[in-house]
Amino acid sequence: MEKKNKSSIVNIKSSIIDDIKSRFEITDIVHRRDNMTFVTCEKQKTIALITHMKTNLGFKHFVLLTAVDWIEDGKFQLTYILNNPKQKLDIAVRTMISREEATMETAHKLWKQIATYQRELKEMFGIDFPGSPRVDENFILEGWNDIPPYRRDFDTKVYAEETFFPRPGRKTNDPAEYMKKNLHK
Amino acid sequence: MSATMRKIGARVAGRYGIPFYQPWINIIKLYSLRDSITHGVMFYLGPIFRVSGGVGIFLFMPLIFASQHFSNFSFAGDLVLIMYFQFFGMLGMALGAGEGGHPHSAIGISRGLSQFTTIEVPMTLAVISIAIQYNTLSISEIVAAQQGGILHWTLFTNPFATVAAMLSLLGAFGHSPFNLVKAPNEIPIGPPTEYHSSFLGVLRTNAAILHVIEAVLFMNLFFGGAGNWFELIVKSFFIYFWSVFVGIVFPRFRIEQSVQWFLKIPLLLGVIAIIIFM
Amino acid sequence: MTNENKNHEKFLHEENKIREVKAPDGSIIKVDPLNDYFLDDRPEIKKPKTNKIVEKFLNWSRAESLWVLGFGTGCGSIEIPPLMTPRFDAFRFGVAMRPTPRQSNVFIISGYLAVKTLKRVIRSYEQMQGPKYVLALGSCTINGGMYWDSYNTINRLDHFIPVDVYVAGCMPRPEALLAGFMKLKERIKAGRGEGANEYAEKFDWYKANQKKIINDWNMPDYNW
Repeated sequence: MEKKNKSSIVNIKSSIIDDIKSRFEITDIVHRRDNMTFVTCEKQKTIALITHMKTNLGFKHFVLLTAVDWIEDGKFQLTYILNNPKQKLDIAVRTMISREEATMETAHKLWKQIATYQRELKEMFGIDFPGSPRVDENFILEGWNDIPPYRRDFDTKVYAEETFFPRPGRKTNDPAEYMKKNLHK
Repeated sequence: MSATMRKIGARVAGRYGIPFYQPWINIIKLYSLRDSITHGVMFYLGPIFRVSGGVGIFLFMPLIFASQHFSNFSFAGDLVLIMYFQFFGMLGMALGAGEGGHPHSAIGISRGLSQFTTIEVPMTLAVISIAIQYNTLSISEIVAAQQGGILHWTLFTNPFATVAAMLSLLGAFGHSPFNLVKAPNEIPIGPPTEYHSSFLGVLRTNAAILHVIEAVLFMNLFFGGAGNWFELIVKSFFIYFWSVFVGIVFPRFRIEQSVQWFLKIPLLLGVIAIIIFM
Repeated sequence: MTNENKNHEKFLHEENKIREVKAPDGSIIKVDPLNDYFLDDRPEIKKPKTNKIVEKFLNWSRAESLWVLGFGTGCGSIEIPPLMTPRFDAFRFGVAMRPTPRQSNVFIISGYLAVKTLKRVIRSYEQMQGPKYVLALGSCTINGGMYWDSYNTINRLDHFIPVDVYVAGCMPRPEALLAGFMKLKERIKAGRGEGANEYAEKFDWYKANQKKIINDWNMPDYNW
């Protein structure tokens, strides 16, 4: 019974991916689990791909939008995770955008809650989404005056030590070394 | 008395509860705070109005039947005056809390006044019914008419008025089913949001006075008054506990629920009580 | 005020900027909302009563009736509700929760403080009526705890408001919090719970520290 279910979901997934492949340029397909797959798409066509998946392929539920800073390549990676509640299937769409002019087309018209994710990304990574509602307002940082804190060239430790009056005499241990010394004698 | 209430509540919930002297400590602490800021003249006058309402009732309430000293200033029309004083404090509070300028106190006041108005309706009907029954507006005379055995009490001669008034007493005490106005965990604490230190101390003192005096009022009107101090204490204690026990058993009403509740059964009973003695 | 943060100008809200307003009679008035619309008195030092016996009695009543402001700042606020349950029952020690800063005397800083929360904490603390006490919960308030190198949480609470009692741990259990209350009572009864006066005394230093961190300073200097 379970085996049959498993094979059926794999079949559905492969048919969906074939459908996407035939319409859009998909470069990188990673099968993470039986019901989860990551695909990569170029920047201009990402929103069109998401729209197609929502309207035609039954991916009604938006799970999350997140970003990764690939500082070595000079790129941000955006990940939109979509869920098909009927088939219990997740497909994540990745796209790479340039780090210098970090802007992306807004998707808040598909799901309202994306506007909040975009506001957070604007604050934490400095990725702009022109046209997204309230994208320029403060999200959780009030009066932030530095480069966005989630970019990897921002040194939180130095910033905290300069700003927040660290208490002198605080000891820090490297967890791996400390455990080796005290636990595995 | 409110300590006893909290203690019983705690025991019902399986806790040890506060020490019985906690409210007195709270009041001492409130008077001993060093800062107290004001928001204007009415902010001072609000608690003063309220406490003068409480003390006013106290002054005109005959405590012990046929006693020279403890009849206080009771006179022929004191029942009307006492009904007025009950509302007077609430109005003073409304003005003072309005001056505080906090939106929560405005909401709290509108809730409090609407609830208190509906509480007053069955209570006033019951009181009018008694006034017709005994043909007097003096509390002393009402008490005098109830002497001579337990069956002469208003409780037995006019049961409808008694029940209507006892139900509205629940609201007047402001315990659990009807404590939405001042519950700390509703929109923060309602009318006295901005009140602090000695202002709040005055309000709390007054709350204690009001609880005692309303119990005494009901004892006078419905339970035959008291011939001596022991009788007074026992009777008013039981009247108070009627509200305490109901409060522990029943959860809190929302404001529209309590308004509707008072305008149904208690109102009907009050009207019946009047019709009977017309 | 010394050590004014230059960023305050930059993050000033539109409604708090200095502007010119036309009065009903046609004349033009200059309005500075932060200075004109709020009272700008500094906190005063209020000396304890000189009579020792009276002051001792008052301190005893203050210690036995601790009203806690219901304001949870971090993860530690989840430790406060169990205090009121049958198992711990803080009511028997005279501890009660109050919903408004005007009526409370004890401020429990429960865990880490983000900069955004710190601003609200300062406002609430200044609105409380003295004598007022601060009970700092968790190691985050002592030296930053596990968030010591975070970009958005403060490290030392005592640079921003005077702290009476620290309860160490991450997180301290409700028993530890009760022990903290006992310590606070001892402190008040010994007449050492003078946090409000300390704040008034070192007001400039506290304000400079607060303003260094909070760039978005859209409030009057002293909120009361």
